[in-house]
Amino acid sequence: MNRAPVLPLLALATALAAAAPALADDAATVQITLKDHKFDPAESTVPAGKPIVIQLANQDATPAEFESKELRVEKVVAGGGAITVKVRALKPGRYRFFDDYHEATTEGFLVAQ
Amino acid sequence: MLGALIIVFREVIEAGIIVGIVLAVTKGVPGSRLMAGLGVLAGIVGAGLVAGFAGALAESLNGVGQELFNASILSLAVCMLAWHNIWMASHGRQLAGDARKLGQEVRTGARSLAALAIVVAVAVMREGSEVALFLYGLVAAGGTSSDDLLLGSALGLAAGVFVSAVTYFGLVTISARRLFAVTTALITFLAAGLGAQAANFFQQAGVAPFLSDTAWDTSAYLSDTSLFGRVLHTLVGYSDQPSVLQVVVYVVILAAIFTLTWAFAPRGGAPSGQAPAAQNG
Repeated sequence: MNRAPVLPLLALATALAAAAPALADDAATVQITLKDHKFDPAESTVPAGKPIVIQLANQDATPAEFESKELRVEKVVAGGGAITVKVRALKPGRYRFFDDYHEATTEGFLVAQ
Repeated sequence: MLGALIIVFREVIEAGIIVGIVLAVTKGVPGSRLMAGLGVLAGIVGAGLVAGFAGALAESLNGVGQELFNASILSLAVCMLAWHNIWMASHGRQLAGDARKLGQEVRTGARSLAALAIVVAVAVMREGSEVALFLYGLVAAGGTSSDDLLLGSALGLAAGVFVSAVTYFGLVTISARRLFAVTTALITFLAAGLGAQAANFFQQAGVAPFLSDTAWDTSAYLSDTSLFGRVLHTLVGYSDQPSVLQVVVYVVILAAIFTLTWAFAPRGGAPSGQAPAAQNG
């Protein structure tokens, strides 16, 4: 009985994953590069009120964790890897993100307007 | 060194608290230490795999594999915690109170132990994979400072184990009768907190694109990245900027587990004669 929830959960996750791309169609895309533990651009302007897709390319050999409290995002990117991060439609404002492994030095911002 | 210590400690603390709680919950149950140990071991192996295949995981399932993986294992942990609480309420009331009365319950008790071992494995895997990636980054970056950073990481890990021990010994000083009520409540809040985290990953994956507004922002008063905030985050699921969906999921899970635990608890003729107050904690 205790193992029963596993399969339905996986099935649910797979079904949800299949449904996911359709929702991102009207999203605004932002491209950010991580190199020498710096985000480039360090600040990006995005439209407010629209879902956002961040495409992050990590050009460093070391892994990073892209994280933001305000954007409610937490995602690992492998060294030399790339990730796509979906962000909800934002109210106008300045939102900080950072590399959780180098929070003091590696930060950037999304400005929604 | 201090930076590495803090980062590793911050990751380990969550798993440490959960392991401490599980050890206290299963204190005196035959085989529980083996199960917890296997859970930690499976978690470490899983953490290594997740870290090693982080790139592939992130790219899978249309780029949301990492989010759905996190959401799924967190949901699994919530189910295991809920199931454990309900099972304990219906069969195993005496397990926590008096291990000598176990008798035939031992065999069925092992199923509940397995559920908790899965919870331990999930907690260790989630936090451990981030530590593994951080350490890999340190080693890959090389340089003269990496020994220093590794020492800091080792101290951070030790501090995390210390928190686990503090949680365990803090809980087991509670009298056996009250321990059951306390751990039932702790596990319920733990499950609700993990469920809220799972909800966040479902939102991040874009599969729950509703109720995504921020419910409140208390980061100026108590950041959930501060030490105390982190402990509260693990224990009761505190978040300083949760989405509305997270709050809803949290409340629903809390209400559901409390209700089911209460509903499945034997009343009246309970042979152990413990007070019904144990259900409410």
